[in-house]
Amino acid sequence: MSSVPRFWRNLASRYNLEGTHCKECGNYFYPPRNFCVNCRRSGQIEHYKFKGTGEIVTYTIIRTAAEGFERQAPYTLAIIKLDEGSIMTAQIVGDPEKMYIGMRVRSVFRKLGEGGERGMIYYGTKFVPAET
Amino acid sequence: MRDVAIIGVKNTNFGELWDQSLRDIVVEAGIGAIEDAGASGKEIDALYVGNMSGGRFVDQEHIGALIADYSGLSKNLHIPATRVEAACASGGLALRQAIMSVASGYSDIVVAAGAEKMTDVGSEEASSALASAADREWECMAGATFPGLYAMIAKLHMHRYGTTSEQLAEVAVKNHKNGHFNPIAQYKNIITVDDVLNSIMVADPLHIFDCSPITDGASALVLAPAELALKYTDTPIYIRATAQASDTIALHDRIDITTLDSTVIAAKRAYSMAKLRPEDIDLVEVHDCFTIAEICAIEDLGFAEKGKGGIVTANEETVIGGRIPVNTSGGLKACGHPVGATGVKQAVEVVTQLRGEAGKRQVEGAEYGMTHNVGGSGATAVVHIFSRER
Repeated sequence: MSSVPRFWRNLASRYNLEGTHCKECGNYFYPPRNFCVNCRRSGQIEHYKFKGTGEIVTYTIIRTAAEGFERQAPYTLAIIKLDEGSIMTAQIVGDPEKMYIGMRVRSVFRKLGEGGERGMIYYGTKFVPAET
Repeated sequence: MRDVAIIGVKNTNFGELWDQSLRDIVVEAGIGAIEDAGASGKEIDALYVGNMSGGRFVDQEHIGALIADYSGLSKNLHIPATRVEAACASGGLALRQAIMSVASGYSDIVVAAGAEKMTDVGSEEASSALASAADREWECMAGATFPGLYAMIAKLHMHRYGTTSEQLAEVAVKNHKNGHFNPIAQYKNIITVDDVLNSIMVADPLHIFDCSPITDGASALVLAPAELALKYTDTPIYIRATAQASDTIALHDRIDITTLDSTVIAAKRAYSMAKLRPEDIDLVEVHDCFTIAEICAIEDLGFAEKGKGGIVTANEETVIGGRIPVNTSGGLKACGHPVGATGVKQAVEVVTQLRGEAGKRQVEGAEYGMTHNVGGSGATAVVHIFSRER
């Protein structure tokens, strides 16, 4: 799935949905960006912890899993628009048949996957339906 | 800038080539293209090789040097060789580098090749290598797969425009029909809409038959300045435009999930450079890594209104003999998708068509052809336009 340092250096973002915000243009970034794509060098980036609520832009039910996710298949993968306007990719926990475009979701802390029998277990952010 | 012509082409067979190595297939394609051009190795000024992931697929980097060596261009001739990488658009980009090298006057005779040897590793390893074209940290670590990303494009396209699974299937059916007449195609079998719909689901709504396969294969082109082209061949094919555009690496960062802006912009630049419009193009090879990708491509290239790609396909406007034949080679779906080779193979197909040598899949009277090669889920797009007359 990934090397330990590669995952570890983004733990705050992965565990707590911490991203960034540009004070210059007002845009929010999750995944975090330390260089504003709109203002470039004139941007002023600060840390921002997202509220964790948003809605499904589109989704799919993955049946042939990615490496390290085999035990979770089938799982729902979605593109989620957070209420701050930032858009990200994450899994939705719950009955895949009940997902729909536009569904309100909220973030939860969950196991993401594992790096084989002796590998690391990865935790991070997934989403659940907000209505329930 | 000088006008550039293609004077030689060659594809290897596409498929699971167990008895041939990466170097074997590139040499076969390269030598074939040089022979087709009636040129000799000594005349070559430079070599560009599109290759996505030699490191992951055959544990080999330094591909440019390897290919030059085994093509007999190193030890005595010391010809410069450059590997070009842009995921699945590596081949198209290798062609673009070669064109710029000739157009600028820096080189005369240049080989643009593309190759991928994907079956030396198992399909899980191959899928993982392909997934590295996406954002490994913020898409793949969430559990994204390549079919999964295109499935999300398809889901939204269906939701917004009413595109159906049957319309997606029609893309695969048509491309297999074209592949049936292409001697190098990986899949020459005819399939039906039901075959596609009854095949296993990989990522809803995409079935396995909505996906391009894992393929070994290589393709090569020989380029020359237009003023020298007739010295080599009676049927040079001219490059009218080369264009490239970038977009965000992750699908979720796009302005519109169902539009590849990189394709829209590259096409706009290409049409402007060639002083042509979509209705002038007689055939197009598009990047159908998944059936939905062909539907988006024909919309984004201007051959169908946004949202109508499925209907246009179901109406048989994209078949050979239709309004705008798409993927006469069989496309990535049926001809196969050796990722680094694909962009070059598309050009080989268009050149073959414009020369009038495409046999049973010939588009009659074709004057202008286009190729469209995409990297990842659309972070890179390369568009070329070719013509029969200078």
